[in-house]
Amino acid sequence: MAIDAATVRKVAKLARISEAEERLAPLAAELNGIMAWIEQLGEVDTDGVEPMSSAVDLKLPMREDVVTEGGDPQRVLANAPLTRNNFFVVPKVVE
Amino acid sequence: MTELTGLTLKAALEGLKSKEFSSTEITQAHVEAVAAAKALNAYVLETPEKALDMARAADARIARGEAGPLDGAPLGIKDLFCTQGVRTTACSRILGDFKPTYESTVTANLWRDGAVMLGKLNLDEFAMGSSNETSAFGPVSNPWRANGSNQTLTPGGSSGGSAAAVAADLCLGATATDTGGSIRQPAAFTGTVGIKPTYGRCSRWGVVAFASSLDQAGPIAKTVDDAAILLRSMSGHDPKDSTSLPDAVPDFPSFVGKGVKGLRVGVPKEYRVDGMPAEIEALWAQGIAWLKDAGCEIVEVSLPHTKYALPTYYIVAPAEASSNLARYDGMRYGLRAEGRNLEEVYENTRGQGFGEEVKRRILIGAYVLSAGYYDAYYLKAQKVRRRIADDFKTVFERCDALLTPATPSAAFALGAKDTMDPVTMYLNDVFTVTANLAGVPAMSLPAGLDEKGLPLGLQLIGRHKDEGTLFSLAGAIEKAADFRAKPQAWWL
Repeated sequence: MAIDAATVRKVAKLARISEAEERLAPLAAELNGIMAWIEQLGEVDTDGVEPMSSAVDLKLPMREDVVTEGGDPQRVLANAPLTRNNFFVVPKVVE
Repeated sequence: MTELTGLTLKAALEGLKSKEFSSTEITQAHVEAVAAAKALNAYVLETPEKALDMARAADARIARGEAGPLDGAPLGIKDLFCTQGVRTTACSRILGDFKPTYESTVTANLWRDGAVMLGKLNLDEFAMGSSNETSAFGPVSNPWRANGSNQTLTPGGSSGGSAAAVAADLCLGATATDTGGSIRQPAAFTGTVGIKPTYGRCSRWGVVAFASSLDQAGPIAKTVDDAAILLRSMSGHDPKDSTSLPDAVPDFPSFVGKGVKGLRVGVPKEYRVDGMPAEIEALWAQGIAWLKDAGCEIVEVSLPHTKYALPTYYIVAPAEASSNLARYDGMRYGLRAEGRNLEEVYENTRGQGFGEEVKRRILIGAYVLSAGYYDAYYLKAQKVRRRIADDFKTVFERCDALLTPATPSAAFALGAKDTMDPVTMYLNDVFTVTANLAGVPAMSLPAGLDEKGLPLGLQLIGRHKDEGTLFSLAGAIEKAADFRAKPQAWWL
């Protein structure tokens, strides 16, 4: 299915990225070029193939469910754009 | 002092140990070389005071006889590794002046072994690019130029700063990362040695994430020995990375110089791509001849799903990136743009903070993961990925390693990408991306110059966890190639 400007607008919304209206059509053309090239994967017979989600055959290790670090709000907040009383300050979420 | 910057890491470590010169001296020589090479734009942050402090501490350890394996050696760090108290940007505007309050495991391992940090090296934004031109700090210039030409070439990407700094003697070695070829392609373009080890060999903890199932750190170095020395220090199990290999780290340097007689080296026919320059073809044949002379048995092999590796990568990597980069929301660190409500703050922050290539990949990722497309694209790509990994399993039953070209061309001009569509740029990684998908180790090393005097690289791909064989084979090729060419220092 071809990607049009409306699809790019929708995907940009999903990705929370503002895109100028005049960028939507050129982006749609680029993404179409990339996706058309990707379509060749359809040629590969993958019936019964287990999807590969990791490059290592390891079981994810478990560790003790204990606190290992913490109690250091200054370190956590050190790079925050806005803080108050050891909290992150964010724009109003609930009206 | 220039002779100190011209040393290999191995020679420098020997000189430091025998007290021919101090870490302060060799670090000062590098600090001066870095300051004089701003035209290359390899470093995005120089840390000379920190370097000299670390050098003095190293000198004190050496004097006490407590020297570590890298003690006193000045290195460059790709600006994708978090360094405590030192600005880390991933070369993106969105991280702004981010100063991590923690140290990445890989760099912590280097400092544990006594290395000295000269500064942070340029890269494509979030490691997404093959020419270093997507960096928010502007592109790196390749120290190499074609014979008789003043045209500036790309050092490749994404580890363009690391490769250029090593090639121009602006550090004894550098850290780098490789998601689809980001260590090996720049190494090939700059006449340096780069290895992407087995997935899980180096901890990803504290490395800014791009595509977590593909990202792997490794060194870019002047020689095969140097790469082995650096990788030994960078590697090791880390409980903070759930995909970190629990294995003990092999003594990689001990594999360099080992005989390769009787090793079976596969030559995959699918890597002979249409339109491959005759020079690359000739270089490959030369590499085969060198290994035959060294006693290797050469076998023709087939990796039938090779042509599907790049399209698979361009689903898997953007999908993982769109998820990883969701964290840049302007709330906890980095840039925060204005907006009338929370959603607008998110959208404006990300719209202004990310560059074009990063946005393009996030959009592809969000698209292939969105409702109705997940099975057709993402799941399909994960299945094809399994086919590609199985190809490697099959050929490694018949041979010990593979030999291929590292890149489909020598370094191209900066700005060439303006006339390239994204897919053409992506094709740069055609020989390298398969190893990331399969998780196997792969290495690029310089093997000769093209007719314009630009370096060309060969690639060795090994079995899972078998970097040792790669170091032995690379040692044999390095010896036969006797690559000693250096770029002319036009940047001074």
